[in-house]
Amino acid sequence: MAWQDDWRRVRAIAWKDLTTERRSKAGFSGVVAFGVSVLVLFGFALGPEAAALRDAASGVIWLTVLFAGVLAFNRSFQVELESGAIETLLLYPGPRWAIFSGKLLANLVFVGVLLSIVIGVGIVLFQVGIPEAWPALLGVLALGTVGLVSLGTFYGAMASRSRAREVLLPLLLFPMLVPVLLAAIQASRALLGGDVMTEAGAWIRLLLAFDVIFLVATHLAFGAIIEG
Amino acid sequence: MAATTSLERRRTLAVDSQAVARRFGARWVLRGVSLSVESGEVVGLLGSNGSGKSTLLRVLATLLRPNAGSATVGGCDVVRDPDGARRQLGFLAHAPGLYDDLTARENLRFAADMLGGSDRPIEPLLDRVGLGRAANDRVRGFSAGMQRRLALARLLLASPLVLLLDEPYSNLDVEGIALMNAVLQEHVARGGAAIVVLHELAPASGILHRTVTLENGRLDAPGVAV
Repeated sequence: MAWQDDWRRVRAIAWKDLTTERRSKAGFSGVVAFGVSVLVLFGFALGPEAAALRDAASGVIWLTVLFAGVLAFNRSFQVELESGAIETLLLYPGPRWAIFSGKLLANLVFVGVLLSIVIGVGIVLFQVGIPEAWPALLGVLALGTVGLVSLGTFYGAMASRSRAREVLLPLLLFPMLVPVLLAAIQASRALLGGDVMTEAGAWIRLLLAFDVIFLVATHLAFGAIIEG
Repeated sequence: MAATTSLERRRTLAVDSQAVARRFGARWVLRGVSLSVESGEVVGLLGSNGSGKSTLLRVLATLLRPNAGSATVGGCDVVRDPDGARRQLGFLAHAPGLYDDLTARENLRFAADMLGGSDRPIEPLLDRVGLGRAANDRVRGFSAGMQRRLALARLLLASPLVLLLDEPYSNLDVEGIALMNAVLQEHVARGGAAIVVLHELAPASGILHRTVTLENGRLDAPGVAV
């Protein structure tokens, strides 16, 4: 069955990426350390006033995940460039979107864990309380992560073909992520501020729409950019 | 009658390139290369550095699109039906294309999953290439020769019709060279075909059916029987 073979490929790539990441010494721990450092620096920049910290918390957490995520997206294709594995990957039969889906799945797990740690540290540092509408907040976190990771994985693949990939990836990614980041930050801020889905609802719908657009577009376009 | 015979022959060709041309920027690396390889045939591809040998192999392997001409592998056009061509070929490049932080067994398990289907034999292949004892060792600790052997095992996992081998003997010891030749002999005995890029003929002596030479992107002779 073709779909079973494709699903096997998606799982294989996600498993391979996560196993490689788990075994590499500097990978995940380095990204987490970077994320926590950014969070602490934002805290210093905002000053000691509790209200200002709480007000900025959602923006700071999303920006921290974005900055740390860029490192993860670069690493995602770095492992394929080592030892010429990217060419071997492209020589396997099957649709190109399966490669992208596998990479996306691994990055979702990676960034999801990163986000959990950053939120944990952020709650303590920025003195944020858990809102009543926490299930909706979890939904926003999930939707924001999907938008961030789908574009990050896509542009990570595009930048991997360039020698200046470390610089190129943020240059390509950051402008495209503005609508997702804006919607995720505003929805998170509204929910943390006690909004029971009035203002937050509009931002969540926008976030959902961008997620669908980005997921479909990146899956369709991946074949063209990875083959160069 | 002659036209019919020619058509039938083309249908049985494992590899058939017609006037393939490829350029990088303004520089033409392949200038109309026509090369046919029949099933059961091993062709040695010779030529000096930069003559276009690796580029030709990469075009046949669907990794590069030709700027002109056409090529089929196992009857599948490399541009119009690249997925079909990929199912027919196995490509051994300079770089082994392995994952350093996975073990030898995990590298093959990953390849088996990517190839689709189920229950491809991994343990016998590891034994076959002499890596049975190193199956659970990470590739990071392997020598270049061991990595070459593992890449060969991955190639065999797919049981391809056509093997495209770019300097397959590099980094191999005497035992490894004998293994590579045995694999090639078995492959052609089963009706497979191979194109082998070589810098020197010695390691492949007794295996090649003929050689062709590329110079400046052109085949300088239709082929010399070995």
